[in-house]
Amino acid sequence: MRVLRACHEMGIAAVVVYSDVDRAALHVRKADEAYPIGPAAASESYLNIHKALDVAKRSGADAIHPGYGFLSENARFAQACADAGVKFIGPTAAAMEAMGSKTRARQAMEKAGVPFVLGTSRGVESFTEAEQVAARIGYPVMLKAAAGGGGKGMRLVHAPGELKSALEAARSEAERSFGDSEVYIEKAIVNPRHIEMQVLADEYGNTVYLGERECSLQRRHQKVLEEAPSPIVDADMRRRMGEVAVRVAQAANYTNAGTVEFLVDEEKNFYFLEMNTRLQVEHPVTELITGLDLVHLQIRIAAGEKLPFTQDDLHIRSHAIECRIYAEDPDNNYFPSPGKITLLLSPSGPGIRIDSGMYEGWNVPIDYDPLLAKLIGYGSDREQAIARLTRALDEYFVGGIKTNIALFRRVLHDADFRAADLDTGFLGRMLKRTEDKPSDSKATEVAAIAAGLFAALASSEPGARIGAGVGRRADENTDSNWKSASRRESLR
Amino acid sequence: MLYDVTIDGKNYRLDLNRADAGWSCRLDGRDFEVDAVRARPDVLSLRIGNLAYEVKSERVANDLYLWVGSTRFAVEVRDPRSLRGRTRAGDDQGPRKIVAPMPGKVVRLLVSEGEEVESGHGLVVVEAMKMQNEIKSPKRGTVQKILVSEGAAVNAGDVLAIVQ
Repeated sequence: MRVLRACHEMGIAAVVVYSDVDRAALHVRKADEAYPIGPAAASESYLNIHKALDVAKRSGADAIHPGYGFLSENARFAQACADAGVKFIGPTAAAMEAMGSKTRARQAMEKAGVPFVLGTSRGVESFTEAEQVAARIGYPVMLKAAAGGGGKGMRLVHAPGELKSALEAARSEAERSFGDSEVYIEKAIVNPRHIEMQVLADEYGNTVYLGERECSLQRRHQKVLEEAPSPIVDADMRRRMGEVAVRVAQAANYTNAGTVEFLVDEEKNFYFLEMNTRLQVEHPVTELITGLDLVHLQIRIAAGEKLPFTQDDLHIRSHAIECRIYAEDPDNNYFPSPGKITLLLSPSGPGIRIDSGMYEGWNVPIDYDPLLAKLIGYGSDREQAIARLTRALDEYFVGGIKTNIALFRRVLHDADFRAADLDTGFLGRMLKRTEDKPSDSKATEVAAIAAGLFAALASSEPGARIGAGVGRRADENTDSNWKSASRRESLR
Repeated sequence: MLYDVTIDGKNYRLDLNRADAGWSCRLDGRDFEVDAVRARPDVLSLRIGNLAYEVKSERVANDLYLWVGSTRFAVEVRDPRSLRGRTRAGDDQGPRKIVAPMPGKVVRLLVSEGEEVESGHGLVVVEAMKMQNEIKSPKRGTVQKILVSEGAAVNAGDVLAIVQ
């Protein structure tokens, strides 16, 4: 939807693909042309390079935007597009490959003089080597899959005794998840922040950074809430991080939009983590603080345009916070909660942006990542962004399925969050504390009265589902309600 | 109109009658003047005195919830004069149907028919979106019937088992 909207804003017809379970998805409803590409299983539809290119050929599409999931970081797909004469809106296959393996990226960055966490730039060959490396850099250490992402194949090791089993577990998980068991070792940074820098490069060697995003709020290594700018990054630190990010991109001959991820320790030292070779889910916060449209720029760069600004033209002028609204059940360990959306009330008003793929009546499929929408609040400073987002979350209602909306209310009211005291352990700690829910006797009374009224009012409408078996006086009641409503109207 | 209303397990007696500008309500012996407008089928705008509330109604499988602001209440409404008896949430009497909370696949049965279970005992494991969810018994009793087999696809609201 995000890309489709940008296409329409730029007068470009949008061709989309969909799997069998996505026929009713919003992107299909709003597309100019839509092509089915197979069954629900992503491996047979959205991850199938041949099918995507076949649609490009049949529709006569000039370019393909891969979005931010599925094939978006697949170098083979980028190469296949190039071979088929279809422009891939993103970096070249070579740049993706340079960054695709975490160990290869580390080797390249070592040459470019980029700071990164102490450790190996190659996969460890044996347990003995792992033992030696860990002893040299000091515990705690982190084991990471070279091909990894999303927390898979990652293990934190506190002491030598845990190393052997952790290494075996990380290797087998990496093999299962990525088909590649290469695992390397890094010094573990205690309570790090996760801060990333957005970069943008045209095809003429111009590369700029567009400011950072604070992505420390994570659950199981998955981002949950992101904000820009980071509360701890000042102008000087931003310039230093930005310049490193630009160096990283240039070392890989990177083009189009990309993100350089850093870990930041308690002394605000930053270390290169990896580069994401695509547009990211959390890109709206950067758009809101810079006033740019990243998808427009991606398309223009892919069309061969030069960057329409230089680094000096860019200024950060507000604060933005994004909540990833997921179909998941907070009372049931955040288990996915697919199903039909029976009621949807969306917030609006000042300082609110919603990038949503859901609508009332839509069935959230069980087959894909359960991200429903991104709710972004922005304002002239962090306090205003938080205030607007809090207000918008109170307006937001998704009925029929469970969502994590309540989690964000809790985060935004949290004293540590308000004080911007964040690190990647924040959410885990917050969720361990039991939430004190004061019982609201007034709200309970309101619910009891409303329950009766729903039943009374519903009985007058055929097919209504609430409260059957009520006397026929309800009919008259609905009539008089209309009368009283019009009476009130005339008094305005 | 008389209703028995259960909110989060607590019972209320509600008497609703048309009044000049809306409804006069008697809730457990206390009186309220209420003005109600149904903004949408599942959204009720209430004025109780001059205090305004928006109440949302949500039905998930066989359960009814009402939301007052951001607070969710599990609700049951019965007409005490109705002859149709209804099963009450939290009621330990009688058989309880165990329904699938989401569409998915049954990956494991944890009990067999005739087995004694405690409240909270896992009955069936349902997998959805690559995660496994243990469906637990809401009451102490005997597994009367299991209506699904391992590997079966289920929809939200499908009855998986009955605990007597």
